[in-house]
Amino acid sequence: MARMSMIEALHSAMDKKLSDDASVLVFGEDVGFFGGVFRCTAGLQEKFGEERVFDTPINESAIVGLAVGMAAQGMRPCVEVQFADYVYPAYDQITQEAARLRHRSNEQFTCPIVVRMPTGGGIFGGQTHSQSPEALFTHVAGLKVVIPSTPYDAKGLLIASIEDPDPVIFLEPKRIYNGPFYGDHSGKSVPWSQHESSEVPEGHYTVPLGKAVVRQPGNDITILAYGTMVYVAEAAAKQAGVDAEIIELRTLLPLDLDTIRHSVEKTGRCIVVHEATRTSGFGAELIAEVQEACFWHLKAPIRRVAGWDAPYPHAQEWDYFPGPERIAAALKLAMEE
Amino acid sequence: MTRQTKLNFPHPPARPDETPDFSAIDIPEAGILDVPPPDLKAADSHDYAQSLIRILNDQGDAVGPWADYIADQEDESLLQGLRDMLKMRAVDKRLLNAQRQGKTSFYLQCTGEEAIGCGFQRQLEQGDMNFPTYRQQSLLIAADYPLRDLMGQIYSNACDPLQGRQLPIMHSAREHGFFSISGNLGTQYVQAVGWAMGCALRGNGKIAAGWIGDGATASNDFNSALLSASVYQPPVVLNIVNNQWAISTYTGVASGQSKTYAERVLGYGIPALRVDGNDYLAVIAVSRWAIQRARNGYGPIAIEWFTYRAAPHSTSDDPSAYRPKDEALAWPLGDPVERLKTHMIKRGIWTEERHAQSEAELLAEATAEQKEVEKYGTFVNPQPISPAEIFRGVYADMPEHLRRQRQEMGY
Repeated sequence: MARMSMIEALHSAMDKKLSDDASVLVFGEDVGFFGGVFRCTAGLQEKFGEERVFDTPINESAIVGLAVGMAAQGMRPCVEVQFADYVYPAYDQITQEAARLRHRSNEQFTCPIVVRMPTGGGIFGGQTHSQSPEALFTHVAGLKVVIPSTPYDAKGLLIASIEDPDPVIFLEPKRIYNGPFYGDHSGKSVPWSQHESSEVPEGHYTVPLGKAVVRQPGNDITILAYGTMVYVAEAAAKQAGVDAEIIELRTLLPLDLDTIRHSVEKTGRCIVVHEATRTSGFGAELIAEVQEACFWHLKAPIRRVAGWDAPYPHAQEWDYFPGPERIAAALKLAMEE
Repeated sequence: MTRQTKLNFPHPPARPDETPDFSAIDIPEAGILDVPPPDLKAADSHDYAQSLIRILNDQGDAVGPWADYIADQEDESLLQGLRDMLKMRAVDKRLLNAQRQGKTSFYLQCTGEEAIGCGFQRQLEQGDMNFPTYRQQSLLIAADYPLRDLMGQIYSNACDPLQGRQLPIMHSAREHGFFSISGNLGTQYVQAVGWAMGCALRGNGKIAAGWIGDGATASNDFNSALLSASVYQPPVVLNIVNNQWAISTYTGVASGQSKTYAERVLGYGIPALRVDGNDYLAVIAVSRWAIQRARNGYGPIAIEWFTYRAAPHSTSDDPSAYRPKDEALAWPLGDPVERLKTHMIKRGIWTEERHAQSEAELLAEATAEQKEVEKYGTFVNPQPISPAEIFRGVYADMPEHLRRQRQEMGY
């Protein structure tokens, strides 16, 4: 065991898989010699050589398109898109090619790739360094969509994703790369070393895809969250004085409906929180599933706290980011109803 | 004094009811270009990218250095080539017919372009991988892909290796070096480069071949592929089939002011050749040269195959709405089958009688196989594939939500 930040945990996952499996490759913009703009791949090229870890031209479609070709042949590329905000040029390759290759070829060709991308706001990233595009991927049959919120899960989920036989969109909340973030932007940020989930095994382990986890048990209300919002929800529940059960989804697709259902059947109340914009966001899917599965257990309407339906602003960062106050207000409202 | 700014909108030389006009197309004589060294550089390939490698002259003789390059070619390989093309034509004919009879929803012929895929495929090795478009069924024919599988895919019946999931003509045949076709244009071009990079990393001696049409060179992934190939230098042959038309759009709309597609490739530092795509001998000669070059580690190479899309774009298309009806007949590079036939007769290894006989035999073979495959169901006489197939293969293991949806459907 060692204390690791999320960056170090992701690095450790790639290091381990590059060591164990000769077919694993890591590439993307600035990931080679420089080690990535977030340092997630620091030193990997030096350790494993240029044929395993390399820099690419600034062309997301090429990064994913090359990975699809390599994977179809039997390699296991784990590629990086520098910011989730820049994934759109690769959308054709991800949604029309990677996601469908197994199905359309009747399993003659498969696509075991991982597309890593830093996601989310809370960092004054403005319009194109803060987006949360997960709903654009959860709508695509054939993809798996993963988003960790702790160093331990980050490593275990990334190893599981690299080993998974299907294409995985691996979203990394950059706000919590270096430490958990509870939504209080006035205070000093806390490093991962002071958080228990920064205990990360050095060797191989996996966290299974498709399994949610109860991050905080409670009886009054279920909060469905992922990424940075897991911590913000924790702070909000404390602020509202509500005994909330926080379910961290970890994998958005396929969704662990059983864990969600058990919790909502117990609490009878549910709110969904995510950074992404509200309309047609992943929250809508969560609400629909809970409504369908738990209707007779519900004591109040299911609410959601999300980013506003506007492009992510710069100056108004904390008016946009769904902070603990907004979530606390929604929790109180749900409890009164 | 300033000039008025004005936009340029390219137009084809002739529209319906006009006389076909290919006078602007420069057709160099056969045999004038040398065979370049295998380490040909982009900077030294301007002649090859601007001109046209041709072996068969107007009299049907094989002339020039490229003819010498394939002088070791056995007569049998030309006989094979002609059979491949005739078989391709017979299969296209039968399946077009099937679509007209409503037995399949859709078909797409490759008439006039048979030489390119047939000739190229015969130069590949087992384990090499084509990343074709929907108009390279000739690769499958020359790879001896069973007609049962090919036709089963068109009928979406029990013979379909893809279990009805794909639109007709979107084949996938891994064992025959034919990557899964996608409806999204351009995407496979960069995937071919990725596959070739995998070959190089594994050191398995195999190569990849990308295929793209003239219209799709405008897609983003044309750039993605050429740039990636230029950077990493993997063993890939990047084919551009210039058949003058992208559905109704004249090739000038895709090419802009650039004279040839091969020339455009040179800007990426990748050498490129331009070849008479209706000259079977030129196809096998240049394919052999390019494939060997890639296999021997000299890096990527591009080939513009200059040809003409003689048939409608697809069974949903009516070319008489945008081009002269008899334009194909006026195409200066002629018909690939006729030109090879003429050459083989001159060479004394073929006759008109044998040609007619071979044509009839191959058509009969295709018809017989077609009848056999049709027993497993057609669009008008369906024998449905299990709807449960919808859910299989979306993922390696079926997730819970798909299991529930399958049950909801009753399977």
